This record gives sequence, C-alpha cells and structure tokens, in this order.
Amino acid sequence: MLDHILSILIFFPALAGVLGFVVNKDSIRSYGVAVATIEFALSLWLWAAFDSSVSGMQFMENIALVPAFGVNYIVGIDGISLFIIVLAAFFTMIGIASLSPTKNEKNMIVTLLFLQMTMVGVFAALDAIVFYVFWELSLVPMLYIIGAWGGPLRIYASVKFFLYTFAGSLVMLVGMLFMAYFYYQATGEWSFAILDWYRLILPESFQKWLFVAFFLGFAIKVPMFPFHTWLPYAHGQAPTIGSVILAAILLKMGTYAFIRFSLPLFPDASVYFMYPIAVISIIMIIYTAMVAYAQKDIKQVVAYSSVSHMGVIVLGTFALNVEGITGSIFLMIAHGVVSGALFLLVGVIYDRRHTKYMSEFGGLAHVMPRYATIFGLMLMASVGLPLTINFVGEFLSLLGFYKQSHILTLLAGTAIIVGAIYMLAAYKKMFFGVVTKDENKHLKDVNKRELVALIPLAIITVWLGIYPKPLLEPINNSVEAVVSLMHEKSISEEAKLRIPNVATELKILNNTAEETH
Amino acid sequence: MLSPINVSFESLNLATLVPMIIPIVGALLILIIDLFKSEQHKSLFVMLSLLVLGVDFVALMDSAGIFTKNGTITGVFDMMLIDGLALLSQFIIVGASLLFIPLALTHKRFHEFSYPEFFALFLFMIAGFQFMVATDNLILIFVGLETASLALYTLIAMHNRDKSFEAAVKYFTMGALAAGFYSFGAMVFYAVSGSVEINEIAQVLKANNYEDIGFVLVGVVFLLASFGFKLSMVPFHTWTPDVYEGSSAALAGYMSIVPKIAAFVVAMRIFEFLIHSGVVWLEVILYIGVVVTMTMANIWALVQTDVKRMLAYSSISHAGFVMAAILIGTTQSNSALFLYWILFSFTNLGSFSMLWISRQKNLPAHQQSDHSYDKFAGMIKTAPVAATIMGLFMLSLAGVPPFALFWGKMYMISSAVTGGYTVLALIMALNSAIAGYYYLKLIVYMFMRDPVVENSGHVYVANATLPLKTIIGIAAVGTIFAFVAVNQLLELVTVFVYNSGY
Repeated sequence: MLDHILSILIFFPALAGVLGFVVNKDSIRSYGVAVATIEFALSLWLWAAFDSSVSGMQFMENIALVPAFGVNYIVGIDGISLFIIVLAAFFTMIGIASLSPTKNEKNMIVTLLFLQMTMVGVFAALDAIVFYVFWELSLVPMLYIIGAWGGPLRIYASVKFFLYTFAGSLVMLVGMLFMAYFYYQATGEWSFAILDWYRLILPESFQKWLFVAFFLGFAIKVPMFPFHTWLPYAHGQAPTIGSVILAAILLKMGTYAFIRFSLPLFPDASVYFMYPIAVISIIMIIYTAMVAYAQKDIKQVVAYSSVSHMGVIVLGTFALNVEGITGSIFLMIAHGVVSGALFLLVGVIYDRRHTKYMSEFGGLAHVMPRYATIFGLMLMASVGLPLTINFVGEFLSLLGFYKQSHILTLLAGTAIIVGAIYMLAAYKKMFFGVVTKDENKHLKDVNKRELVALIPLAIITVWLGIYPKPLLEPINNSVEAVVSLMHEKSISEEAKLRIPNVATELKILNNTAEETH
Repeated sequence: MLSPINVSFESLNLATLVPMIIPIVGALLILIIDLFKSEQHKSLFVMLSLLVLGVDFVALMDSAGIFTKNGTITGVFDMMLIDGLALLSQFIIVGASLLFIPLALTHKRFHEFSYPEFFALFLFMIAGFQFMVATDNLILIFVGLETASLALYTLIAMHNRDKSFEAAVKYFTMGALAAGFYSFGAMVFYAVSGSVEINEIAQVLKANNYEDIGFVLVGVVFLLASFGFKLSMVPFHTWTPDVYEGSSAALAGYMSIVPKIAAFVVAMRIFEFLIHSGVVWLEVILYIGVVVTMTMANIWALVQTDVKRMLAYSSISHAGFVMAAILIGTTQSNSALFLYWILFSFTNLGSFSMLWISRQKNLPAHQQSDHSYDKFAGMIKTAPVAATIMGLFMLSLAGVPPFALFWGKMYMISSAVTGGYTVLALIMALNSAIAGYYYLKLIVYMFMRDPVVENSGHVYVANATLPLKTIIGIAAVGTIFAFVAVNQLLELVTVFVYNSGY
C-alpha cells in the first residue's frame, strides 16, 4: 500500500467527496470529519514511512497518461513537499471539525474534500502538466467557497480571485510548453517530467524568458506585490474556512513552486533576478505591514500581515543557499499554522458578533480570557517571538539572505518591528481596556468545537518553536540536493559564486571536525 | 467521330462513394416511408436516422482500415480523395450527427420534428458535408457545400420562433454571397493553372514559380472571404449570433461544429500549400484574422445577456483559435486542430443540449429571451445535478484542466510554440483567460446568485427525456474522462494527418 500511498492521499478525499453526495445532510459533518481524519492519519503514516536521510524523491509512482506527448502521471515527495502535504491534511481536518453551522453544509464539506484533493495533488505532482491540472483545479472549489458563502461583495471577490490566478497560470502554461519543447529539441522526446527537466541546461537568455513566464504564474498565487490586490478581497469576503485554507495552504503553492520549478530549472536567471525579486519582497514586507496598520477590520489586519510574511518566505527562497531555502520552507509551515490559526480566531469572534471591526470590541480579555490567551500566543508567534514557530523560519530566511546582501536583510528585518507594532496595536484595541459595548459583556468564551482546532495549533506553535529539528532535518537534506543541483547547473560566473557549492562546504565542515578531534 | 473511352470498372473505385451514398439512401428511404404511410411519429425517423448514421460510421471505419493499410485512396476519375483528413473530419461529422439526432426526441412538441422531411434533409446535408471533405476538386467541394448549406437553411427555418425565419434568410443571403466568392476564387485558380484539382494547382504554380502571383492573390482573397463567412471569422461573423439565436439550441450547437470542421478541412487543403510556398501576404492576413477573431469575439461575448448568444460568440472565438492551426501549418498543429475539434464537439454539443432541455415552449413574461442569464440564477438550489453538469461544460470550454478542452488547448498552444509563433501562443493563452470571464459568469449565476423568480427547478429540465439525458450523459462523461482517451486520439490523429502529407 505504501507504493501507492500518494495516489491514495490524492484521490481518497475526492472519492469520499463523490460518495458524500449520498450521505444524509444531518450526518455530513461527521462524515467529513471522519474522512479528513483518515486522510490525516494516512499523511502521518506517510511521514512515519518517510526516510529523512534520503534527499531525493520517495514514494514515486509513474503511470502513462498521454505518453505520445510526454505527459505522465508522476507523483513523489521529498522533504520539501512532505510537510506541506501533512499540513494540508491537518488543516482540512480541523477546518471541517471546527466549521461553524452554515447553510448548505453538505455542499461546503464536499467542496472542501475536493479542494483537499487538489492541494495534495499540487504538492505531490512531479509532472508539470499534472501539477498544472491540480493547480488550476484548486481554483474551482475555492471560487465556490468564496462565492457561495462569502460576504456581500463575494461574487466580485471570487471572480477576481479566479481570473487573476487563471490569467497568470496560462502564461505559466506557455512557459511549460516551451520548456517541454526545449527538452524535445535536446533529446528528441517529449517530456513534462520535472526530474527530466532538471537535467536540462538552458542558455541564459532562454532561462530569463522562461523564468519570467513561470514567475507570473507563481507571483500572482503568492501573491507578490504588485499582484496582491486580489488577496484582501478574497480574505475579506471569504468565510472563515475559506480564509484559513487559502492562507494556510493555497498561497504556499506559489512559494513551493518557486523552489520546485524556478530555482532548479533556471539557476542563472534566479541569480539574475535575485535582487529585483528581493526588492519586490521587501516592498511587499514593509508596504503591506504599513497597510495592515491602517486597517479597521481585524480580518484585513491578519490578511495583510499574512502577505507581509509571505514576503519573508520569498526573500528566503531567493537567498539561493541552504539556510535561506530551508528557512523559507519551514516558514511556509509556520506561516500556515499561525495565519491559519489567526483566521480561525477571527472567525470565532465573527460568529459571535457578526462584525470584524476592531472599534466594536475592546476589553475582550475580561470577557473571554481563554480566547485572549490563545489569540495572544498566536499573535506573538506571528510577530516572530523567539521560541515560537515563526521565529525559526524567519531567522533562517533572513540569515540566508544576509549572506547575499546585508542592507536588504536589514530592511527586511524592520518588518518584524513594524509587524510587532500593528499586531500589538490591534491586540490592544480588541482585548485591553474596559468593555465599552454592551453586546460584548456577555460573550461566550471559546467552546469545545473551536478548541478542537485551536489547541492543536497552539501546541504545534510552541513545540516546533522550541524543537524544530524533526522538520528541519528532512527539509535540509532535500534543500541541499536542490542547491547542489543549482550550483552544478549554473553557467555564469556570478551564479557559481552566488549559489554555494554544498558538496565542498560539507567537506570543509567534515575536515574541520576531523582536525579538532 | 469520337473514339470510345475505355474505363475499367475497378479504376473507378466506387467503394470510395459508399460512406456518402449511405445517408442519401437513408434519406430517400425516409421520404418513401412518408409516401406510403404519412403521419408517423418522429421517433421512427430518429431511430432510422440513427441506424443509417451508425452504418455510415461503420463504413467509415472500413475505409479507415484500408487507409491505414494502403494509404490515400482515390476514385471516380480522381474526383474522390479519401485521405486522413477526409476520414477524420467525416468521423467528426457523423459522430456529432449521431449525438445530435436523438435531441429531436424532446418532451415538448416542436413542429419541425413532425415532418419527415426534416430528417431527410438532415441526412442529405451530412452527405453534402462528406462530399465536401472527401475531395480536392474545387467543383465537387462547391457541390457538397451547396447541398449541405441549402439543406441547413431549411432546417433552421423549420423551427417555430419568430426569429427562425429571419435567421434562415440571413444565413441564406450570407451563404449565397460566400458561394459567389468561392466560385469566383475557384475560377481565378482555374484560370491561372488550368486545373480544378488542388494538388495540380499547387504543382502548376510551383512549376511556374508563382509568376502570376497577382492573380493568385486575387483568388486567395475571394476564397478567404468565402471561408471567412463559413467559419464566421471576424469581420464576416455578423450573421452567426443571430442565426444561432434564431435556430433551436440543439441545431445551433450542431452548426457550431459540423459545418465548421468541413470548412476547416477545405481551408487546410487550399491554404496549406500557399502558406508553405511562402506567400507572405497570406500569412499576415491569416495571422491578423486569427488574432482578431479570437479577441474580438471574446470581447463581444463578455457583454451578452443571453447564454445562447454568449455561446455563439464563444464558438466564433474557438473557431479563431483553431484557425491558428492552419496558419502554423505543421503536422502537430493540424493534428491539434482535429484533436481540439473532437474534444470541442463533446463539450459544445453538451452545453447547447443543456440549453435545449431547458427550452420552454413559450417565453414567460419575466424573461427577455429563451436563455437569458437570469433564468439560470440560483440553479444549484433547484436543479443541482443539471447545474453541476452545465458548470462542468463551462469549465471545459474555459480550458480548466483536466476537462476535455484543456488538452486540445494545450496541444494547440504547444504547436504554436513549436512552430515558432511565440507571440501567437501568448495571445492564445491570454484569450483563454479573457474567455474565462464569461464562462465564469454563467457559473456565478448558477451557483452563487439567488433565483430571480421562485421556481421548482422544473424549467431547467422542462424538455428532458431519457434520450436527451443520455446524450448529455455521454457528453459529460466525454468531457470529464477525456484524459483517458487523449493519448489514443492523439496518436490516431497524428498518424492520419501525417500520412495524408499535412
């Protein structure tokens, strides 16, 4: 069964979703939770069976789909994708479990199960077209979730979300077709397999064009400044579950794709575009942090802070060394946990008061102490307090980029300070002081259903903040493989300099270790 | 005194005529039945047509078997040319007709189906299209085209809406103009080369090294204009939305597929050698035509308030997209054309059939047109299965993977990339993004809005019967599980196109 565990992980939720249509609508929630729990258990089993000393792909499956055109169903995972898959399974589970009662619950849960299929599919796919299939397919359930259960502007928000991403990915598709064509020219065979593409060394000019084509698709998804305008709408209008999945998993598709496609396929172009992208990332970090400070709506604060942290992830990725990339992958997980939790927390208060304006609250700490505690913890994690999960990722990402540029890293570091300002200000407005509004005096504290989701997240936040090694080690192994591949493949002098040679570094480390003994 | 001409019977190779004769015989049979015993129920004629088309399909498979073994077959004084293009397009024509004809078995009574002539004309039309694609003789192409078109005009006029007659007359006038252009263009080519066979024209022109380039260009202009009308390329497209609106939804869907594939094949035969001979001017004109058709049709589709008109513009845009294949002119692009059109016929016939089953007998007061967007508002609440299927067809038309049309789009864009048309590939991709908006609009209406008028959901399936549901089921399965069949289709199409020398 382990041979096909990835396919099971991908298609089990979809199959369960189809069968879910038959389940009675009073029992659909239990059904959804049961399915998502099985899926999560399977993903944990995957983690247990994962050999973290291996840097390459594991659990590979290869089924011919359109062999005449080189399209095959190839899936496999390494340390980079493993944890995001586990995270996706985890968030779907707690998302369904903590779902507040809505209209058309059945449609919602079936849609979530389909969404889960596409999420796992994107991170497991090792064939560009299969990747593209899941990537595009993930838009449809999200479109429906935002458009059917969202706020007053939901239709505008959902269509904007769909079209923005759709347009970007079509440009990416053209890039993929070009890549396959270059492969065809070089070898005489069509192939969309990413591992085949890794072996292809392209001239620098081609790399730049293809990098841009792929970048458009990924940058809109992340979303990077100036393509970020769809995200505040999507978050603002989406129901809680939609925001949680969007922030925790869907945005990670973009940053993951940078590491899976852009860096190893186009190492020279990555070096060439390193500074421009770093500058965009820093604009994104600082600008969205300032915008977050100006918001009146707590959900928008969380949304913009989420964009701001995505900037740090991109910056870490384009540090192009092991520390930076490892940090950015870890930060993806951390950001997923923390911003997912923050959106859940916003949902908790929204369910009670049906408003998200911070001015409507105040003094909540007296009324809802447990809520205030968990919110405080997550907020500290979001700011990057040491010993919380975000700190590890942010520190490593910035450390990685420090090796490339000191000044830019310094600028990015200020984001943590700005982040502390707007987050603490928001916290002060909502939780401290006296209770001014009558409606707030008798609010119920978090209930069991909500705690089911929040407590595990709180535990993860602290646990991985103190002891991140179980994740860092497999991530590190796979990243080393990526970086050494990039170093070998790069053509230009500058790229060779910028991308460290992992093999020699390791040798030096080993030598010094031996000498000291 | 004339000396007798000896023609051996074998050299005529009358077997090449069999696939065209079958529907003609079937049509005559239907007329004879009506002669002996009139007032028969439509189901009789539907089933007879189905059987005839089924036999036709088998005959085509037979010819395909001979083609794969012996290569291109000619017959009847080299008038008939059975090559891969002819076979593939006939498969599409007959296959789409097989899917279309059961749509006559509606729940509501529409009077055109009570005439046996409807089915006879339908079968004559299929024979006409089959002749049109299975020859490279300009005169026979013309005869086939006119046989098919005249039958089609009548089929449109038989529908019982005010606008049907207008649509038929409009189509007829435009068609007559196009026929005039066509015959003039063909005449010029005959004058230049002394032949009406496309391959001989190509040889003669090549031999004299295009010394009459001026005349060739005049001929090309006329032929382009005539195919522009038939394929509804911008700016010759203006009839399309009106004609689609006036005819029944089922017939509109049929018209968006079958006449166009026939015209594509002829356009491929004529323009391919001209493009490859380096007539730069033609390439530029085609390039502009393709881009303008795709883009403008998409932009017009954005502002439509009626789903059928939106689908009409969308099918213009798809035709422009596919026309790019003829511009690119490689084996890959020509294969992509057929792959695209096979997948497109499933999806497009499916979506028009969905409109067809929701067709009311009379227009309710609150509705502007038969299929306004408002009618579909909140459909998910009252008719969830129908809404989901319709949504599926829309996603496929938009090119969302893994549904049918995505594979066609992907292969077509890839052929543009391979053929060196990078900018065109990008334009095609961006046009798919624009198109996404209006397909999404229908999804938004169906899934996210509240119904305009309270209804029980019956309107969406008012016309549904088992045969109609079966057809939609086939189209839906074809759309969802296309990825299983794409490989075989692609290999088959590529072999057929390659072996015909395109």
